[in-house]
Amino acid sequence: MVDLIADITGSVGSIGYGLAAIGPGIGIGIIFGNGVQAIARQPEAYGVIRQNMLLGFALAEALALLGFVAPFVFGT
Amino acid sequence: MQGAVVPMAEIEPGCHLGNDFGCGFPAPDASIFEFEPYFGNFTKPVILLLLGSLIIIVVFLLAFRNSKLIPGKLQSIGEMGYLFIRDGISREVIGKDGDRFVPLLFSIFFFVWMGNLWGIIPGAQFPVNSRFAFPVGLAITVWILYMYLGMRHQGPIKFFTNMMFPPGMPKAIYVILAPIELISNVIVRPVTLSIRLFANMFAGHLLLTVFTVATFYLASLSLVGIVGSATSFLMTVIFTAFEALIQGLQAYIFTLLTAVYIAGSLHAEH
Repeated sequence: MVDLIADITGSVGSIGYGLAAIGPGIGIGIIFGNGVQAIARQPEAYGVIRQNMLLGFALAEALALLGFVAPFVFGT
Repeated sequence: MQGAVVPMAEIEPGCHLGNDFGCGFPAPDASIFEFEPYFGNFTKPVILLLLGSLIIIVVFLLAFRNSKLIPGKLQSIGEMGYLFIRDGISREVIGKDGDRFVPLLFSIFFFVWMGNLWGIIPGAQFPVNSRFAFPVGLAITVWILYMYLGMRHQGPIKFFTNMMFPPGMPKAIYVILAPIELISNVIVRPVTLSIRLFANMFAGHLLLTVFTVATFYLASLSLVGIVGSATSFLMTVIFTAFEALIQGLQAYIFTLLTAVYIAGSLHAEH
């Protein structure tokens, strides 16, 4: 048995999800921020911008969702 | 008993805040997604799926049964849905060439949406796509389709070389890029496509259940009980509205990504 300096007990999956949400959170913020800016600058291109915005959102969001599912799949 | 989760089936009928028989907040877990079959292998999700498919078929048969030049109410709605898929997704992403895929995209969109919509329909209140097998089945269908289309339109070998060696990169980059592109196109795409839909519905249903259970659990004659219960109920209503938005969005994203993958298979990147 290895002596541990610090031990984490309880819901480790929640911590994992919290960590997994950081990156996608920043990414989605950037995507929608720039998307809104693009729409404000060029309202006539709304359709194309919105579509690509949602596409980028879906791809970034997948990472956060993987983090959400992992505790349920690999949970004790 | 810190953090102990009581299975949903074992909750006593009168489990409220401040009770005598020591039952804590029955936090919902993954067991709320398990169902006993009614008969044979027909569980609640399967029944809802079949019923949803039937509703879609009947509604659109009624809408387009005797189409008129000047559409009636139902026909207008049906045409709106059709044009949304054809002009909003297919022609935007694939182009004119994509018109032959409109029936597929149309079916996928309404099938996924109906499956999700069961999550907020009172009485049913279970999103079919929160059972992993259903999104996986859809994703495998899409995977087979875009792999087949890619091999047919670009050639069996050329499809993979086009995928692995996108033009316009320094030569040395390809050492790293080629395996990444191969994995991301062949393995990661179907996995994320299914997990995105599944996890959204799973999380949404879990969230709604937490607030619904909290409403029931907190309902008791005390200040915390009354305020907490009312707040939880309000949150349930708000999140139901939020879920309605997410469900439509996820169906749209699933269809949009299908169209993007098909477009990528029809024409190599250049």
